[in-house]
Amino acid sequence: MSTDLEQFYEIFFEESAELLAEMEACLLGLDVNSPDLEDLNAIFRAAHSIKGGAGTFGFTDMTEMTHMLETLLDKLRKGELQVRSEMVDAFLKAGDVIKDQLAGHRGDSGADPAVAEAVCSELKKFTEEIATPSEDAPASEPAAEETVPEKELETEQEVVQEQSGSPTEVAAQTVFQIEFLKEEMSAAAFENLLSNLEAQGDLVNHTSSTEENICKLQLTSGASEEDVWEILAFVVDPANLKIETEAAENAEMNDSSDIDEGAEESSGADAPVKDQQEEAGSYGFFQGSPAAPNEEGVPKPTPPSQQNVKADTKDKSSKAKTPGNAKAAASSETSSIRVSIEKVDQMINLVGELVITQAMLAQTASQVDPVIYEKLHSGMGQLERNTRDLQESVMSIRMMPISFVFSRYPRVVRDLASKLNKHVELKTVGEGTELDKSLIEKIADPLTHLVRNSLDHGVEIPEKRIAAGKPAQGTITLSAFHQGGSIVIEVSDDGAGLNRDKILGKAEERGISVNQNMSDQEVWMLIFEAGFSTADVVTDVSGRGVGMDVVKRNIQGMGGRIEIDSVYGVGTRISIRLPLTLAILDGLSVTVGDQMFIVPLTYIMESLQPVAEDVKTVSGHGRVVQVRGEYLPIIALHEVFNLSPNVTEIHKGILVILETDGRKAAMFVDDLVGQHQVVIKSLESNYRRVKGVSGATIMGDGKVALILDAAMLVMSSQHESV
Amino acid sequence: MSQDQAEAISESSDNEVIGQSTNEFLTFRLGGEEYGMDILKVQELRGYEAITQIANAPEFIKGVVNLRGIIVPIVDMRIKFQLGDVTYDQFTVVIILNVVGRVMGVVVDGVSDVLSLTQDQMRPTPEFGSVIDTEYIMGLGTVDERMLILVDIEKLMGSTDMGLIDQVVS
Repeated sequence: MSTDLEQFYEIFFEESAELLAEMEACLLGLDVNSPDLEDLNAIFRAAHSIKGGAGTFGFTDMTEMTHMLETLLDKLRKGELQVRSEMVDAFLKAGDVIKDQLAGHRGDSGADPAVAEAVCSELKKFTEEIATPSEDAPASEPAAEETVPEKELETEQEVVQEQSGSPTEVAAQTVFQIEFLKEEMSAAAFENLLSNLEAQGDLVNHTSSTEENICKLQLTSGASEEDVWEILAFVVDPANLKIETEAAENAEMNDSSDIDEGAEESSGADAPVKDQQEEAGSYGFFQGSPAAPNEEGVPKPTPPSQQNVKADTKDKSSKAKTPGNAKAAASSETSSIRVSIEKVDQMINLVGELVITQAMLAQTASQVDPVIYEKLHSGMGQLERNTRDLQESVMSIRMMPISFVFSRYPRVVRDLASKLNKHVELKTVGEGTELDKSLIEKIADPLTHLVRNSLDHGVEIPEKRIAAGKPAQGTITLSAFHQGGSIVIEVSDDGAGLNRDKILGKAEERGISVNQNMSDQEVWMLIFEAGFSTADVVTDVSGRGVGMDVVKRNIQGMGGRIEIDSVYGVGTRISIRLPLTLAILDGLSVTVGDQMFIVPLTYIMESLQPVAEDVKTVSGHGRVVQVRGEYLPIIALHEVFNLSPNVTEIHKGILVILETDGRKAAMFVDDLVGQHQVVIKSLESNYRRVKGVSGATIMGDGKVALILDAAMLVMSSQHESV
Repeated sequence: MSQDQAEAISESSDNEVIGQSTNEFLTFRLGGEEYGMDILKVQELRGYEAITQIANAPEFIKGVVNLRGIIVPIVDMRIKFQLGDVTYDQFTVVIILNVVGRVMGVVVDGVSDVLSLTQDQMRPTPEFGSVIDTEYIMGLGTVDERMLILVDIEKLMGSTDMGLIDQVVS
């Protein structure tokens, strides 16, 4: 194929990243004592898919690593070896290496070959461990079978008996009943296909002369089903393709009936498909495939037990694709499409415009006589509903469940807990809570920091916990829920809690002005000061005092807030409150002269109308206002922006108290208009950066309003007043 | 903007008559002078309405407007080049341009028509004459008795004089 593969690189990278995440989630969820074969298969599939992709693009290092993974996993899922926790660790490590390798191919720093080598040899060691005792693999069978619930065992036994007559070597030959439509296939291509199949084993052509379009073949071959599938899928549309497999001996028995079955597709349902294997092999691409009715007669074995049977009879590895798996794979494939974010943003813009246009139309329509233009009015009502629905659904496109972030923490907690010798359980609540994709990406780092903090400083070592009368295992809970127009994400632990005296002591040491009368809330906020740490020992995990200030800054950068609740000895809860989307901002609209400005709500502490006596002049020009004993510099917005205000005397206008980074200032404006949720638009995309303005938005009447950069305004006031 | 257009424009700035690729011009008036700009740079025409001022911007930058969800800055050419009476009424026209990858609007006294100019109707820029720096003039066009000053609108709008674009200054 001469196609330029590079254009598919990005897709491969994204897919691989997703597969790796999926693999990791499965690994972490894996119960070492009784591994769920579904999980093992999912891990295997992920590794296999990555290997396939890597092979196509020629990323040999990834192919090698995934191949090692695959080999070991294949043995595990066939029950040739029990899963051990060391293996899970090795798998996780391998996953990391693949992730690094992926980053390497993306152009970042790649994986350390030495690490890759080490992991590879570790995997190999495990694989070889089983290679030797593979001859007496059946020895492990009884143990495996014991885990199967009894009622299923009965049916299992039947199958086993049925198959017991055929010794293991029979399994090496599998009969494939292949059926497909060859509508658009050229004769040459068909010939080529037949010869390819013949190369795999004995081929019998059952195609009836009456139905030329439907081609039926029977292939007896040692090849795996996947191989056969691949040969066919290359030339035949998979939707029109059906392959059924059965052990060779059964095939002989059923040979004649199979032909009948093939001739009449509908009769396939009651054809003698007693054999579970046949069902297992079927991909179920045709509706009403034989598998469905069979379930009534024979209790359908659960996938794990089925797997055991296969392992017993030493069946082909390809058959591990149970119907359940096929279904799971299918459901995950069809549920989403990839769309570039620009397209979505464009759609959001257009819908926003539609809403404004609709509002304008409604305004005009409200002026006409509703009696004469009754239809117009009802039409306008309908338009309003429809636009609102449309806007809601378009906005929801960007929304993703927070499980995308939460899913990475089981690994973080697992690794860190074992490093710190703590027993910690991670609970997640509300993974389905949705928020904007861009926020999802940005929240991950601060959240990781908080989780690590909880683990390191919050949860105590088991001895201490027991001494304090708590269970040895600590719990960290991650929860997310909606509240009003925002999403709240909480990280809580049942650990030591914050020590008020210690924090106050440290703060004093660092020269921060504190007093004993400060509320708990204020004291807890001290830990967000740069360089603040109460940890006795600085570890490589945390304790350097770098971090919480960064966390706070990141959260504020997203337009969010952070709060702490803590009780000493009981635990700590850190809540992050974020707007649902970055594209929308909660703001207060204020007017100066004829211009309207939006002040982000997160910076506003309060707004008030001062009495004339509280406004004082400092050294002739700077003005301050006394608010509850505190003197705040006044920023007159009309002076900053050179506007002509309607109100010049401060006590006749409104002061909006802004706070950022612990500094406060009072902004003087003519009037408050109201609170809005506004869509943030960039001023820089067509113009340039304007000092004091962080963006612009379009108001309901179609006019542009500027969004104030409150942080910058407060900063500049500090400079002037100093 | 295509590559050859860009080349055509950059060539023309060396006081040469523009190439074959651009020969349709939108003509507009500024005071008593008639100008022309490459029609391919024009996105649309609209009235002058609902402008939001920008703080501390030069006087000729009138502010920003909402153009179907995009925030677009508006420049008044009459103020910039001190031409004509600066009045805003229902006849004031804003030409929305699509230049240097941005959307921006210019206020002019009026838009007349779209003219096709052949090679021999276009003359190189003289060394003097216009209020607009000759650097931004592609040439002069003659149609019947009229004379058009052909402005290299892309170069003009992108220039530091206009201050519309953040210049790469550290």
